[in-house]
Amino acid sequence: MNLQFDVIAPSIPYILDGLWMTLQFTLLAALCSIILGTVLAVFKISALKPLKWFGMIYTFYFRGTPLILNIALFYFAIPQFTGYKIDAFEAGVLVLGLNSAAYLSETIRGGIMAVDKGQREAALSLGVPYSRMMRDIILPQAVKNILPAMVNEAILLLKDTAIVSTIGGAELMYRATVVSGEHYLYFEPMIIVAGIYLVVVLLLTLVANGLERRMRRSD
Amino acid sequence: MINVQNLHKSFGKLHVLKDITTEIRRGEVVAIIGPSGSGKSTLLRCLNLLEVPSEGTVFIDGKNITDPKTDIMKVRQNVGMVFQHFHLFPHMTVLDNLTYAPLKVKGMSKSDAKARALELLARVGLADKADVFPSRLSGGQKQRVAIARSLAMEPEIMLFDEPTSALDPEMVKEVLDVMKGLAHTGITMAIVTHEMGFAREVADRVLFLEDGRLIEDAPPAEFFSSPKSPRAQQFLEKVL
Repeated sequence: MNLQFDVIAPSIPYILDGLWMTLQFTLLAALCSIILGTVLAVFKISALKPLKWFGMIYTFYFRGTPLILNIALFYFAIPQFTGYKIDAFEAGVLVLGLNSAAYLSETIRGGIMAVDKGQREAALSLGVPYSRMMRDIILPQAVKNILPAMVNEAILLLKDTAIVSTIGGAELMYRATVVSGEHYLYFEPMIIVAGIYLVVVLLLTLVANGLERRMRRSD
Repeated sequence: MINVQNLHKSFGKLHVLKDITTEIRRGEVVAIIGPSGSGKSTLLRCLNLLEVPSEGTVFIDGKNITDPKTDIMKVRQNVGMVFQHFHLFPHMTVLDNLTYAPLKVKGMSKSDAKARALELLARVGLADKADVFPSRLSGGQKQRVAIARSLAMEPEIMLFDEPTSALDPEMVKEVLDVMKGLAHTGITMAIVTHEMGFAREVADRVLFLEDGRLIEDAPPAEFFSSPKSPRAQQFLEKVL
């Protein structure tokens, strides 16, 4: 075996630039996912049937179809259908966010249901309105319980951003492929990118552990 | 203050409350007693609509709370409730537990809410616990905080749902003492309890429920010495 890291060394800054793109995809999609996932979770436990159904059908769709299909659908089909030229970045963030929200909403729903129903009754008996109760009493306790599952979801999201390379999103995976093609070397760029993913996931895990410790201070 | 007319409550096929009619006057302290499963807690929970009655009407301070047009959240601000299992907000300090509803529901100023909370904590003997989280408290302390939390909303009515049933025996007294102190302030109280000594000493009236029916309504002296119904006689023989 003959490793030629020196050959691709000039391309390393180019690959590292992709990290910024990967992080942008991850953060923006995570933001969409958290907001939409919370709304969907509240829909699903709502007494209003149309909201409940919307939440269930939404999750059914995104859980039931491949991510790569939805990327293609949004990137190629939307322009054809509506005339709006969506770029790879928009399509990537949108689909990653929508997809992750479907899974996250189930996690949050489980977290809400695991909060002791006495909490709800205590809040109601004090005259706290439903939306305030959710925001201040139920969701903070739910999030504390599901934090490990949310970190899992964030890691999945980070790795799923690689799929955006299929529509030309110039993130880590895309750039690894480009460099591979330039030099006909596959092992070196791929292993570098794998290392970058691992480091980012490690940092994310450390931050999450710190956050979890902070939230456990009331135990 | 509280007026209950022909109240029925069913959970599916289970008919839990059967045609309850009673009244609790302003400032009165009423103990609701009876065997397990007799519907005591359900009756209490119908008074702030944590359970929605199947039939009948409940008036709180002249407002028909069984009427869907009544703003129940507004009524609940005036009706405190203390639960068997405390239900303190675990992610908030003791002080935040007390100030949360006055701040967010009543729109009280921060300094007023805090001053009132500290005063209430002192009253239940827990002034030094303001900044700790509920998980650090004993059962009796939790329940005293829960009482203070309800009082922070300055309710005219307090409902107690077996407030000492989940406590270790040595902590029952501290909670009952707080409730006794409260009974003398003129607040209207309805208490579901198994503490017969407490009911006899503190209550103005005793309601005895069995199998979903209100079968006795008498002052404690009369109820405990000469209960009229055989049901109540049997019950008292077992518990006294």
